[in-house]
Amino acid sequence: MSTESFDTPTSARSTSETAQYASPYSSYSEWSQEEMEMEARREFPLEPRQLSNFLGWFSIGLGLAEILAPRALGRAIGVGDHPAIMRALGVREITSGLGLLSQRATGAWAWSRVGGDAMDLALLGAAARNPDANPQRIAMAATAVLGVAALDVYASRELSGRELPATDEVVSQSLAINSTPQALYAFWRNVENLPRFMAHLESVTATGDRTSHWIAKAPAGMSVEWDAEIVRDDANEGLAWQTVEGSEIQHQGTVRFEPARSGRGTIVRVEMRYVPPAGKVGVQLARILGEEPKVQIKDDLRRLKQLIETGEVATTLGQPTGRRSLIGRTTLGRRMQ
Amino acid sequence: MKAVCWQGIGEIGVETVPDPQILNPRDAIIKVSSTAICGSDLHLYGGYVPTMYRGDILGHEFMGEVVEVGPGVTNLSVGDRVVVPFPISCGNCYFCEKELFSLCENSNPNAHLAEKFWGHSPAGIFGYSHITGGYAGGQAEYVRVPFADVGPMKVPESLEDEKVLFLTDVLPTGYMAAEACDIQPGDTIAVWGCGPVGLFSIQSAKLLGASFVIAIDRFPERLAKAKQAGADVTLNYEDVSVLSTLKDLTGGRGPDACIDAVGLEAHMHGATHIYDRVKQAMRMESDRPGALREAIVACRNGGTVSVPGVYGGLIDKLPFGAIVNKALTIKSGQTHVHRYMRPLLERIENGEIDPSFIITHRIRLDEAALGYEVFRNKEEECVKVVMKPGVEKPTGAHVH
Repeated sequence: MSTESFDTPTSARSTSETAQYASPYSSYSEWSQEEMEMEARREFPLEPRQLSNFLGWFSIGLGLAEILAPRALGRAIGVGDHPAIMRALGVREITSGLGLLSQRATGAWAWSRVGGDAMDLALLGAAARNPDANPQRIAMAATAVLGVAALDVYASRELSGRELPATDEVVSQSLAINSTPQALYAFWRNVENLPRFMAHLESVTATGDRTSHWIAKAPAGMSVEWDAEIVRDDANEGLAWQTVEGSEIQHQGTVRFEPARSGRGTIVRVEMRYVPPAGKVGVQLARILGEEPKVQIKDDLRRLKQLIETGEVATTLGQPTGRRSLIGRTTLGRRMQ
Repeated sequence: MKAVCWQGIGEIGVETVPDPQILNPRDAIIKVSSTAICGSDLHLYGGYVPTMYRGDILGHEFMGEVVEVGPGVTNLSVGDRVVVPFPISCGNCYFCEKELFSLCENSNPNAHLAEKFWGHSPAGIFGYSHITGGYAGGQAEYVRVPFADVGPMKVPESLEDEKVLFLTDVLPTGYMAAEACDIQPGDTIAVWGCGPVGLFSIQSAKLLGASFVIAIDRFPERLAKAKQAGADVTLNYEDVSVLSTLKDLTGGRGPDACIDAVGLEAHMHGATHIYDRVKQAMRMESDRPGALREAIVACRNGGTVSVPGVYGGLIDKLPFGAIVNKALTIKSGQTHVHRYMRPLLERIENGEIDPSFIITHRIRLDEAALGYEVFRNKEEECVKVVMKPGVEKPTGAHVH
């Protein structure tokens, strides 16, 4: 089989369903798992997952206490008897907790806890003016809330920057395209074509035979830029590229053009990996890549297929419609047309 | 321009919207002269197809005059009179090359959505929810037609709109359903549902050599049209037991092929109908497969069940044991309209088929809301509604 030369040991961390086709171009070993874990430990006293799990269970514990023993808890913190409010707060806590434990959008759920902390402080302030309040106990409770709030703010910032995408994920996708490996290779090798089907790219400019400058767009008009270099170039078979040393982000990609069986076109196999740095650039890159980089790359490949096979990208953006409801206006856009 | 818009479940309105523009090189803009309401539009109207949004322009059966073409369309010119197939097909992908046009891989911008529902995406379809692309439909004064170099077919001026309009969907759909039955001399074909697709299935089955065609419905006017289409026997299922009558008519063997031209809103009697209504209302099944169940049970051993009726999601209590133990063949699919338009146009030209006999109502575009209501409720013996944008008082050779 012609693909034999491509068989190399697969990264166990690949998310690919077609992991057996791991690319030979991958120099992912450059960032070994150990290195990445060390990197993670340098920044976090807790791993992100541990942090969100801790806050999640804390929320659920507190929420259960508020729901099951609202009066006892009210007396303990000196605010008196307000079981209805206390139970409502319990529901809020449990919601935040389950959200954090779900491990999806943990940053947003951690921010919901920060909002909850602010609400608690406001309620404690209001309760302090009640005649049946116990000011000392309320002050102690407020101090406790402030302590938790500090942890929540810290967690929110860290989890927001970290949650997308997981740093060690290699995302791979493949799609059969009704064309030849030669034509597809030629199209891709002209890297300035990439933004025509990769939605997150604003532009790619060739700066040399193997080097190029990439600009990716982020929401609110922001962008992230880097320089990349083709590190492997097998005419009509495949390409591998990666960011040059000193770039703000680390990005690697490989693409292979594999003749499909019985002349049914070409199977294009892509593997990509973005490693967002800590801080602002990392957060922006995470926003660019969205929650599901795998889905985004699949959509990119679909657009490539449309371009190559039909010469255009199917769209309805710009067509007339009747009056949309709020739901339609917020749901329909570039991704779902 | 004026366009028929979906405004919520059971709500249709004509709105003034911007005129369509060329968005891609292979687009054309068509000025619509005639457009029909399809039975499958009623599924959108009733809210049975997910991913509809308020403001969506409806309509996938339409024809008219080319008023603008993109730079990639060289086979059409401004002024050409064309009929447009309801699936949007690129003509270049694996499936288009195999003439499986309704499975085009490149025309659905929301393919990811369809993959979630069905595993893979079919072609984009005009005016038929966002799961099939969210394309603005042709129940409007103008419509944008993507891949216009592949879909639209020029029709001779000698044939009036009403004779060629149904080449866009219901005629090829009925024909493909009959073709799927692989009709042999002596065969008996039973057709559930005598709406437009059922009627053209009956007509096509006869054209393809069926010896005996049995039509099943409950509306006398539709059964009368079935006779007109060539049915040998009509069964009103309010009066007779369909299963035992079919056995009786075939010496106990059952029809050689059964066609379900009803789809997901089947009307049946008794406990199973109530069961399906309840489950559908509670969103526990999306489709009511009453006709399909009966067709499977009625079909002879080794026979074919052909399903042109639309199903969108999940069905319940499907007698799969009958399919296995009777070795049935199931054929279905959205119609590969492009494949059938030219041969069927020839049959219309030489007088073998006159599809206009199904039309019962001709209305203006701004009367769409009433048209949908009358068609859904099968009031006024309604079988097919044709709208004529720009015509003040639409009338024709077959005024009801």
